[in-house]
Amino acid sequence: MKNKISALLLGTASLLAFAGFASADDKVVKIGSLSDQSGLYADVGGPGSTLAAQMAVEDSGLLNKGWKIEVISGDHQNKPDIGSNITRQWFDVDKVDVVVDTPNSGVALAVSNIIKEKNGIFLNSGAGSSDLTNAQCSPNTIHWTYDTYMLAHGTGSALTKAGGATWFFLTADYAFGAALERDTTAAVIAGGGKVVGGVKHPLNTSDFSSFLLQAQASKAKVIGLANAGGDTSNAIKQAAEFGIISGGQKLAGLLMFITDVHAIGLPVAQGLNFTETFYWDANDQTRAFSKRFQDRMRNKQVPTMSQAGVYSALTHYFKALDAMGGNSHDGAKIVAKMKEMPTDDPLFGKGSIQPNGRKIHPAYLFEVKKPSESKGPWDYYKLVATIPAEEAFTPLDKSTCPLLKK
Amino acid sequence: MTTITDNAIATPRRAVRDEMIALAVMTALLAVVPLTGVYPFFVMQGLCFALLACAFNLLIGYGGLLSFGHAMFLGTAGYVTAHALKVWGLPPELGIVLGTLAAASLGVLTGLVAIRRQGIYFAMITLALSQLLYFVYLQTPFTHGEDGIQGIPQGHLFGFINLANPNTLYYVILAGFLLGFLVIYRAINSPFGEVLKAIRENEPRAVSLGYKTDHYKLLAYILSATLAGFAGSLKVFVAQNASLTDVHWTMSGEIVLMTLVGGLGTIYGPVVGAFVIIAMQQYLAGFGQWVTVIQGVIFVVCVLTFRRGVIGEIAHYFKRSL
Repeated sequence: MKNKISALLLGTASLLAFAGFASADDKVVKIGSLSDQSGLYADVGGPGSTLAAQMAVEDSGLLNKGWKIEVISGDHQNKPDIGSNITRQWFDVDKVDVVVDTPNSGVALAVSNIIKEKNGIFLNSGAGSSDLTNAQCSPNTIHWTYDTYMLAHGTGSALTKAGGATWFFLTADYAFGAALERDTTAAVIAGGGKVVGGVKHPLNTSDFSSFLLQAQASKAKVIGLANAGGDTSNAIKQAAEFGIISGGQKLAGLLMFITDVHAIGLPVAQGLNFTETFYWDANDQTRAFSKRFQDRMRNKQVPTMSQAGVYSALTHYFKALDAMGGNSHDGAKIVAKMKEMPTDDPLFGKGSIQPNGRKIHPAYLFEVKKPSESKGPWDYYKLVATIPAEEAFTPLDKSTCPLLKK
Repeated sequence: MTTITDNAIATPRRAVRDEMIALAVMTALLAVVPLTGVYPFFVMQGLCFALLACAFNLLIGYGGLLSFGHAMFLGTAGYVTAHALKVWGLPPELGIVLGTLAAASLGVLTGLVAIRRQGIYFAMITLALSQLLYFVYLQTPFTHGEDGIQGIPQGHLFGFINLANPNTLYYVILAGFLLGFLVIYRAINSPFGEVLKAIRENEPRAVSLGYKTDHYKLLAYILSATLAGFAGSLKVFVAQNASLTDVHWTMSGEIVLMTLVGGLGTIYGPVVGAFVIIAMQQYLAGFGQWVTVIQGVIFVVCVLTFRRGVIGEIAHYFKRSL
């Protein structure tokens, strides 16, 4: 009996010692890919983002240096409360260090709050709201791939300059839609245009007819689609059925991903302008990555800019960890280190991270090819203009992030 | 003359003793949770839903009224409490009081309308009213639509109990749950509860005995709404957000499911049922939206094989009331 008790005590003691050891710098990393795994943003992020994270781990070279890195995934179902619960549990129970992807700005803002409280790391790639690096910025969050300011200034300004003087907005009724409409309105007015009206639709709408009829009746030259993913492709397909484009109005998909163009098809999508920060067919490096990615994806899609952003962000994170020689599990400290280091990866090229957590890199204004111009599957874009990194994103002196006022 | 139904088994004294033992066991188990390493956040969420299911059970299990709109009380109280804490900057105790009051007033309003019908019509009216409210909350600016009210400060209860500390919060939530639970227990074991049971069994007979059944039903409805609202207010401190999920009709359905799985018309059934359902959502979260399908299957299995629910079957087996 005595032996049993002492053995038990010994066991407990060694467990405690082990736990104590684990809290110091070690070489263990856990990554949580939080995304919409089955809904309207599943093609944009979803399983593809988890794969991108996995590929970033394999390509980092850290596994050969004795690091243990694990990737897990979660489905937030586009609900802020579910996203918050998963995140809280990841940090409390599963000891996750970093959360990646997370499309849906409503969820992303909720998750960002929790990660700040838990001193974790949030490398957001999928969400758009520019609030993540402005009013609601956090020392634990880096907003990687794109934001509503960039979309508005890329697409909004270009279309206004090209003669789109009057705008009508079709806006998804949540944080992202509101931010995108706000930022685009600013860009349109700055370019001398006018906004004549707008209508909000619920997230994940399948029938846009009443909204499109209002847009048609407004007689605005441009109908700005301040929504994303499945909503955008549905709206564009139905607009074509209503004869809105043949009636002389121009559609502006303010946020489009390559998977959306694929879903709509070139005959309907041709001629659309939009801004992205990544295209699989940009150079040899992106083509090589996309080939490997496609081979491992079940639906054989090319990476979207969100998924590429997950890879790029994690690649930079691993560089920072490598430079620090171990994982301190101190989110704010690691993020500070990441901001210090210039970024360079095969997908987004050279860039940097601003003090407010905004990663900057060039943005590209694309036009969708005509079916006759496309040479093969996924050959959809032609480059219209390249916007340098400093112009593409919010200038630092205009950022309202409280972190900047020290 | 000595016909015994499920709920009036044995002598009252023995039933009371059994229930007290069960209460002591439950309280003791819940009190030691923070020491066991079980994820406290999960248990707190379970407690809020348990109170909600108990409030719902008061109405259906003892009053025979199936409300299919209880999510509106949960959600309304949640939104009001969240708004009071975040925008008006009120202390937690005032936030809880306001949220609960909002649910109570909503209970009065909807109760006056719904109580006039019975059975399926009653269920449909409550469902319609809660859907109406859902769309109001979807559009009103203060709820922030799909985003919900986020990042709610937990604050200090009575100015000195720091709710940001998970363990402190746990015991506050536990105290809230026990308070609500005891109110329900008291209501069931009072003359008021006896009349409710009489109405459930045979309403015309209760009327013939001189009871104004509508009064009793309305009172039970309001009491149930108030306690459901109390659960909603408490939940705000746990989740730190108030969102559309809590007012959606699927939430009303989950409440029914919790109560059925645990045991309709038993005091402890809804508590067990709530934990079973919350645990499923928690541990099956990896399946994403398939959780709903799994829940549906469990519901069917439950109805087909153990209709009295987990606690109901146990109570029936031992011929005790629990």
